[in-house]
Amino acid sequence: MSSSPSLWTRLSNPSHFMRWSGTLVPWLTLLSALLLAVGLYLAWFVAPPDYQQGETVRIMFIHVPAAWLGVFFYGAMSLSAIGTLVWRHPLADVAQRAAAPIGAAFTLVCLVTGSLWGKPMWGTYWVWDARLTSMLLLFLIYCGLIALWRTIEDPNRAARAVAILTLVGAVNLPIIKFSVNWWSTLHQPASILRMGGPTIDPSMLYPLLVMIAAATLGGSTLHLYAMRTEVMRRRVRTLTIREAERLDAGRPRVAPAASLPLGQPL
Amino acid sequence: MDLGPHAGFIWASYAFTALVMAVLVLNAVRDRRAQRRALRALGDDRR
Repeated sequence: MSSSPSLWTRLSNPSHFMRWSGTLVPWLTLLSALLLAVGLYLAWFVAPPDYQQGETVRIMFIHVPAAWLGVFFYGAMSLSAIGTLVWRHPLADVAQRAAAPIGAAFTLVCLVTGSLWGKPMWGTYWVWDARLTSMLLLFLIYCGLIALWRTIEDPNRAARAVAILTLVGAVNLPIIKFSVNWWSTLHQPASILRMGGPTIDPSMLYPLLVMIAAATLGGSTLHLYAMRTEVMRRRVRTLTIREAERLDAGRPRVAPAASLPLGQPL
Repeated sequence: MDLGPHAGFIWASYAFTALVMAVLVLNAVRDRRAQRRALRALGDDRR
């Protein structure tokens, strides 16, 4: 008796992923660029200067999306880590590995732009308050995960070790979110995702939301692109090992490369 | 556009962000090309 593969089975197939993502990436890139152009226009030419902070509030339009994406990609990596450990989903580790440098880059942007915003507003580039310190910790966790991947040669072992460390590091996510409520911080409390609704004036809130949407779409597109590259990297590794085994055995080429399965997990 | 006395901080923020994003995108493209070249060398022309 034959039955069509489930959605889960199809999703877990790297060649299926390569097909749909290949079609989607150019359109998402175009959409991200358009949304970013609109967001930048609103942030620079429509949003008014803040009555207290003046023009420096324009830093908010890159700082807040960067902070959101730093946390968003770590959340995505944590879900992927569960996929790796529980279901051994072939694409879960691919997704996690592709997300790490992107999340790290956005976290770095958040830290640097926050620092550049802090100097004129707080009088200092850095304070060891709970929000700033937990974001710095997030950046260091990203760096640690990237280093761990590079340290362990066997991708399966690396995937499990990184997945466990990712889940341990996920404890930091609620600390980042609630640090401004739990401790007395120089950083302002939540002003968008809070009980009672946003405290930002709509003239600044809507440009900010457009910038957040543009950054999320752009970051997700880059993630898809990086996932495709990661699948290709694993193909290269599989084919290289097969070629080495063939040469070791002194045999002529056994099978044409074109008939090898796509993106086999190693 | 007059960005006031803190213009340097604003421009530096946007410039740093643009630089990091450019590095991220260019590195992704460079990596893709390297993997594609490696696959071609191994006889796999799939995209």
